[in-house]
Amino acid sequence: MTLDLPVHAIAHARAGDKGDVSNISLIAYLDSGWDTINELATEKKVLDIFKHLGATKVQRYELPKLNALNFVIENALGGGVNSSLRLDRHGKTLSSHLLHELILPISEDMIPSNSPYQEKFKDTKS
Amino acid sequence: MNKKVYIGCGAGFSGDRFDASIPIVREFKKIDGPKYLMFEVLAERTLAIAQQYRLKNPEEGYSPFLDSYITPILDDCLENNIKIISNIGAANPMGAAKRIIEISRKQNTRKPKIGVVIGDDLLDYMSNEEILNSPTMEGLDFSNNKITAANVYLGAQPIAEALSKDVDIVIVGRTVDSALALGPLIHEYNWKKNQLDLLGSGTICGHLLECGAQVTGAYFADPGFKDVPNLANVGFPIVEFNSDGTFIITKPIGTGGLVNKATVTEQLLYETHDPSNYLVPDVTADMTNLKLEYVGENRVLVSGGKGKKPPEKLKATICCDNGFMGEAEISYAGPNALARAKLAGEVILERIQILGLQGQIRVEIIGAGSVHFSIDETSSYELPKDGDYRVRTSAIYPQKDQAQQMVDEVMSLYCCGPAAGGGGRGYVTPQSSTASILVERSKVDPNILVKMI
Repeated sequence: MTLDLPVHAIAHARAGDKGDVSNISLIAYLDSGWDTINELATEKKVLDIFKHLGATKVQRYELPKLNALNFVIENALGGGVNSSLRLDRHGKTLSSHLLHELILPISEDMIPSNSPYQEKFKDTKS
Repeated sequence: MNKKVYIGCGAGFSGDRFDASIPIVREFKKIDGPKYLMFEVLAERTLAIAQQYRLKNPEEGYSPFLDSYITPILDDCLENNIKIISNIGAANPMGAAKRIIEISRKQNTRKPKIGVVIGDDLLDYMSNEEILNSPTMEGLDFSNNKITAANVYLGAQPIAEALSKDVDIVIVGRTVDSALALGPLIHEYNWKKNQLDLLGSGTICGHLLECGAQVTGAYFADPGFKDVPNLANVGFPIVEFNSDGTFIITKPIGTGGLVNKATVTEQLLYETHDPSNYLVPDVTADMTNLKLEYVGENRVLVSGGKGKKPPEKLKATICCDNGFMGEAEISYAGPNALARAKLAGEVILERIQILGLQGQIRVEIIGAGSVHFSIDETSSYELPKDGDYRVRTSAIYPQKDQAQQMVDEVMSLYCCGPAAGGGGRGYVTPQSSTASILVERSKVDPNILVKMI
């Protein structure tokens, strides 16, 4: 069975900036999680998550040997580190936003054994 | 026969921990073989600020933190043949070298031999007009601006050339960060320009090192989900490079932090766009075939780095003055705090309109997902009505007094705003904007010089 959970349950991420372009990696903890993010973490879904910040285009790159995706998001940083009015001018916190907003169908085997997200499945069993 | 080269990174940004390199040096003292300690301390904006210092005083313009980074380790590095490679020169590499000689004199060490790389400052050999009329990669029109800094990113070759003169220290200005590692590797292994896979591997190595502890467990911890031991004493990275282009990333014994496949992968993609085309002046590195293996406690073996022909032109960053930013904050807490914070934001926006201040303005509520949403967007986080919220307003204007006027308006909420606003703070800071241009190598190459001091 699967539950709809934030991708935070099965992957980690880091955001970087170059000018007004943000790049956010999305890395599955386990091979089982990789298949899900590779299939379902699409450019469109990621663009929808950052559209309200001005994002106009998302390019996705895949690194299957590392269980990793890299999203390059254009115009997401309010002009970039030197001209943005945002508190977080680099967009460093955008990785957390992706982990929170991208909801995917997740099964227990995709979640690391020591993760607090395992609790979600215990609830469904009892 | 395999020859190992050791490279540690003692700083990953301007202002990184000043004592971080000490455990690396301690580790290096136990090791035989070529040893290098890099300090990466130059962000885009740092250089524009450094140029201002140099204009005021021609002796200055190098990193304001030079003394803090160099003083603790200079003697040990000179005594143990640990070579220092750094872009600590910022807008004045020669000034930085002279300052290091002064420090060595004060510390009674032997006098270091320093190689200084010159040639990144485009203002030395290109006119303002020529620079401003180059099309920017971002499509911005910079032609009416006043340039405060214009520097081209140099590669690793000048660093390797300096090392071939048997120096103790190499100081550069604007240089791609990863070259601080690639330069020593080119020198030690005598790589030729067509050994692209090796140059690619060396660049990937430098890329993993250039942000210091971001590869060894810093900027990684997410308690309960991704735990990192002893983060307060996180160890900065050490690479053990092999002749075949493979390398191990580790950190000094007895330090905190963590090196595993996850920490290395996060840093690999940090500030990377297309992982098959990572452009630096020396090579186009390709990370897509990279393999990471956990080969021991806090040891990750990196193999499979590739390289392709380097880009034809070189990238340069130009900085221009861009007015003044006002930033101001005020807090609301307790019952109905969210509504009071929102009202405060609305009042600010209306007042700015009444005053006729023209310019971009943003109001966000700290505590309500401020870094992801402005006040007029609907936050996707569940927000309690009662709580602790802080209204932050920011705006950029051409004139300093306009920015101050905006800040004053926020401060006026002390008496004129919603109930019980407190903790107001506001400040005005000069802004610079940056853009990138591409420069022909034929323009730059004849101006690159390695000076000895």
